[in-house]
Amino acid sequence: MASRLTTSNRAGWGFAIPGFALIAIFIVLPFFFAFGLSLTDQRLVSPNPTRYVGLDNYRELLDVTVITLEPQRDEAGELIRDEDGNLEYPKVRDITRSDDYPQYSGMREWFRWQSGQNAKVVIASDVVFMKALVNTLVFVMVVAPVQAGLALVLALLINQRIRGINIFRTIYFMPVVVSIVVVSLLWRFIYSGNDGLLNNLLDALTFGAWQPIDWLGNPSTALGSIMAMSIWQAVGFHMVIWLSGLQTISPTLYEAATIEGASGWQTFRYVTWPGLRNTAVLILIVITMQAFAVFAQINVMTSGGPLDSTQTLVFQAVVRGYGKQDISGGATISVILFLLVLSISLLQRWLTRDRR
Amino acid sequence: MARVSLKGVRKSFGTADVIKGVDIEIEDGEFVVFVGPSGCGKSTLLRMIAGLEDITDGTLEIGGRVVNDVAPKDRGIAMVFQTYAIFPHMTVRENVAFGLTIKGVPKAEKAEKVAAAARILQMEHLLDRRPSQLSGGQRQRVAIGRAIVRDPAVFLFDEPLSNLDAALRMDMRLEIGKLHQQLGATMIYVTHDQVEAMTLADKIVVLKDGKVMQAGSPMDLYHHPANLFVAGFLGAPSMNFISVDTRSVDNGLAMVANAALDPIEVATTGRDIRTGSRAILGVRPQYLVPSATPAEGMLHGKVTLTERLGAETVVEVGLNDGSRVIAAFGEDRILAPGTEIGLAFDPRQAHLFAEGDRP
Ligand SMILES: Nc1ncnc2c1ncn2[C@@H]1O[C@H](COP(=O)(O)OP(=O)(O)OP(=O)(O)O)[C@@H](O)[C@H]1O
Ligand SMILES: [Mg+2]
Repeated sequence: MASRLTTSNRAGWGFAIPGFALIAIFIVLPFFFAFGLSLTDQRLVSPNPTRYVGLDNYRELLDVTVITLEPQRDEAGELIRDEDGNLEYPKVRDITRSDDYPQYSGMREWFRWQSGQNAKVVIASDVVFMKALVNTLVFVMVVAPVQAGLALVLALLINQRIRGINIFRTIYFMPVVVSIVVVSLLWRFIYSGNDGLLNNLLDALTFGAWQPIDWLGNPSTALGSIMAMSIWQAVGFHMVIWLSGLQTISPTLYEAATIEGASGWQTFRYVTWPGLRNTAVLILIVITMQAFAVFAQINVMTSGGPLDSTQTLVFQAVVRGYGKQDISGGATISVILFLLVLSISLLQRWLTRDRR
Repeated sequence: MARVSLKGVRKSFGTADVIKGVDIEIEDGEFVVFVGPSGCGKSTLLRMIAGLEDITDGTLEIGGRVVNDVAPKDRGIAMVFQTYAIFPHMTVRENVAFGLTIKGVPKAEKAEKVAAAARILQMEHLLDRRPSQLSGGQRQRVAIGRAIVRDPAVFLFDEPLSNLDAALRMDMRLEIGKLHQQLGATMIYVTHDQVEAMTLADKIVVLKDGKVMQAGSPMDLYHHPANLFVAGFLGAPSMNFISVDTRSVDNGLAMVANAALDPIEVATTGRDIRTGSRAILGVRPQYLVPSATPAEGMLHGKVTLTERLGAETVVEVGLNDGSRVIAAFGEDRILAPGTEIGLAFDPRQAHLFAEGDRP
């Protein structure tokens, strides 16, 4: 059936086509291209012909198993202990390189825990990818709720009619306008271990009792520091979205609540929050997607280090695809990330659906 | 139950004076209607009574207690808004019970009060619906239900029916009247609609530019308007004003006439009307009757426009002195434009105003 859309709408199509074309060329096509690449062994520049490898790339990234190591015993059957009295276990390397266990070949230890006398060791064929995956999930799980909550608090504060409130709106929104690369560079100085702004500040606050920390150089603080900076940087953006949601709530509803004697908290609970439902769903999904894509901060501030403690999926995709010329590996990570974000977004949509 | 009394009440928004000194006494159980043109401050006054706007000057008493600085919830009032202001995400039941939920009233008591309110408003079958599934009239009923449940001494209504269509408005009007009889609470009602004002009110307060023009029973205001504004504001079509010369004044009766009006004696009702001065004669369209021949009657002119409404015929007459009057005849008549016509009226139904009676 020839609809009006295709026949009598030449001007309309004329206007739409450049946009469609750009989206198709730079988003749709690359996506399918990436999916195709992830099934091959394509390298960025390589003399060898490209081979179809099926799901090998995925297996390579996602293969994880738990092996159980029994403590070593001497001839008498006694447990061997080192000087500190700790049990000794066979080396994981002996298993993953042994011909007796071809299924574990090439895998490396990710982490282990103690189960009775035995040690349970999780080995993965790509430990860096696994760390990136976990870091990304942690990043999302911390940044999404904290950023959304903080943005809501700021929006509530800023939604009041106070003289000069626009100054605060501008201040909170300013980091959003500044490029994340610039912000990351600045925060490197703030976080610097020797004479950084943050250490100096803490030093002053504690009257000199503070031991300086190299925030980005320490595996236990690096990811947290980057999360704090990321939250600070984009909170203004989400504040504005919350603010627009707040302003759609009819003032008469607040007046009705006032007359009924609702307290501040009750007003929030019965009037404000229900009125923000749709905004909340939007913000949740947007923040989640943005957080999964974390890259620039990592690239500028830590390059994934120290000890892979700030590796993330997008950073890994870029490092592999361009740094190591392993374009099919990078594409595979992109596809995995896509599926992850898609399924989480769908789950969020489903959890927050209108139950009426 | 409570009296409400406003003494010298004023309100300014910055430099704009909106309420300019208002004194109103409202008796316990009285139904008072505030009317006035748009922007005269009706809503502002009502919101000051509710506690949604603070009072710049003067005192407000509810039930003998000065409540200028008392929180809305402690004033013993409930308010119904033009836009309903019911919570879209709550069911009707939750909406009606809202005030009780806020107060933490036990479940059983809450259910009982909601049921009672629903019974009064005949909306038991709606309790589990969402506002989006209700008509405008039903939504307003929910808002009224929420007010009833609070068991207030004073109900405040701000144009509660103006978002409804004409037929529904009449139903709801009757219902609010019944509600007042049933509950016996003091009610203050803001409206644009004269019919609502005339039918519901024990007392009408006519406001203009933040001042009270006149307060009194509907019939008092209709038959004895204090000034030209009130005379012109109440009644539809509105009162005709005819500029006349005063020939003589004697014993409370003035002899007035003009080029189109035969001399006639009208009571001055104590107004400042002197021999030789200009005065304004007010006659309601309904009191003008066509005379048998154009020469009879007191006003003479030609029909310029006729509107036949079935039971009533509204006629615009261009008088011989160039002014126009509207006459409303209580029957269907065919009067072609251009027809010569004479109009008669009972001078006891006419009002004479001095030029100074323009507020
Ligand atoms: N918050 C405010 N700030 C400044 N001026 C206001 C405010 N609220 C009302 N006014 C002014 O006060 C005057 C009276 O307003 P109000 O809403 O009381 O009128 P009203 O009689 O209810 O009119 P309507 O019949 O159109 O509802 C108007 O001129 C309005 O512009
Ligand atoms: Mg109003």
